[in-house]
Amino acid sequence: MSGYLGDVAALLRKDLLLELRSRETVPAMLLFVVSALVVFHFAVPEDFASEIEKALQQTVPRELKDETERVVTLGLLWVALLFTAILGLTRSFVAEREQRVFDGLVLAPCDRSAIWLAKALAFTAFLLIAEVIALPAFALFYGGVDGTTILALLLANVGIASVGTLLSAVAAASRTRELLLPLLFLPLAIPIVVGGVGASLAVGGSGKYLAFLALYDAVFAIISWAAFEYVVTE
Amino acid sequence: MIRARGLGRSFGERDILRGLDLDIPEGSFVLVTGRNGAGKSTLLQILARLLAPTSGELEVDVDRGRVGYVAHDPLVYRELTGAENLELYARLFRVPSRKERIAELLERYGLWEARDERVASYSRGMGQRLALCRALLHDPALLLLDEPYSALDREGSELLDRELASLVGTRTIVLSSHQPERVDALATLRLALS
Repeated sequence: MSGYLGDVAALLRKDLLLELRSRETVPAMLLFVVSALVVFHFAVPEDFASEIEKALQQTVPRELKDETERVVTLGLLWVALLFTAILGLTRSFVAEREQRVFDGLVLAPCDRSAIWLAKALAFTAFLLIAEVIALPAFALFYGGVDGTTILALLLANVGIASVGTLLSAVAAASRTRELLLPLLFLPLAIPIVVGGVGASLAVGGSGKYLAFLALYDAVFAIISWAAFEYVVTE
Repeated sequence: MIRARGLGRSFGERDILRGLDLDIPEGSFVLVTGRNGAGKSTLLQILARLLAPTSGELEVDVDRGRVGYVAHDPLVYRELTGAENLELYARLFRVPSRKERIAELLERYGLWEARDERVASYSRGMGQRLALCRALLHDPALLLLDEPYSALDREGSELLDRELASLVGTRTIVLSSHQPERVDALATLRLALS
């Protein structure tokens, strides 16, 4: 393999090897997402709609109770996954920052966006692993998710990894990186949550939300890819 | 090859470099000296285009991929082995015959036996030797060496002496050092920063 894709493959291999050996990012993400879901389980019990019914002292139709539970619990899933992503993203450029390897990499004549693409791909893999654990845990506490939600999560992963990797590189240069990354990332992640939750909840009309997520992915992937050069250049 | 006029760099209120003029012809060996904080590392980072000057003009007539840079840190991944680090850099720097070139440098710098060990297990001296291998890997036209003798033992220092002697005249070398006497005989230009 030669050229740009060869560079991406070499950098991706390096990122996966680093995680395989250091085991610092994925285990932390797994622990966090499972812990968050456990906390949510106790904070928002499975039959919380019945509690609302009791508080209102009137009978609520079963369909309304089920729908209320679905809306709230799916929201919790997206919140848990979003914050898990932030945790992983804060570690994205740790090796480059602590060992100053960025200086070595940016001297190379290769296209610098290859560094971003490899990082984004590696992070997508880490996020997928977190979701493989999170979704069964969510199903255990609140019930399973449908295919549309899984498709929305897959599309969201692309957007989160694209924007998040770029912002992680921006934040890595700052001393307040742990604060800066969520401040920069969360406003840009709101459309992902809107699209993701919308797709999960829309009955028969999830297509427009999935299309919205795909559009977000395409726009922000292109912007991040093009902007990375300027982020790593002082 | 390198031309600077009124080059300056500040960090906040502090001027590290101010009004520096430089003319470095191709093939020169520039010895940069100065006390701690005089701006030696800053100058080398600017020449490597890792840091932008805050004033003045700079022309470096060398492509980005033809610069070899040894910094205070080895600029390698601690969780990768020495060979894996060089393999990655060789790939990104488009080094032809990568395996042979890596083997040649690892043998020359006494790291062949440790090639499959993670850099985290290397001593500081071994890390510096690996940094030299990394910087020389792609046969750079401009070699920027920031305190390259630091952490090297006697054998490593002698090895670097021989390497520099063989490179003089074939490429442009800018070297900063607190031991100027070690390379003074090789230098064609001397720059004392204050």
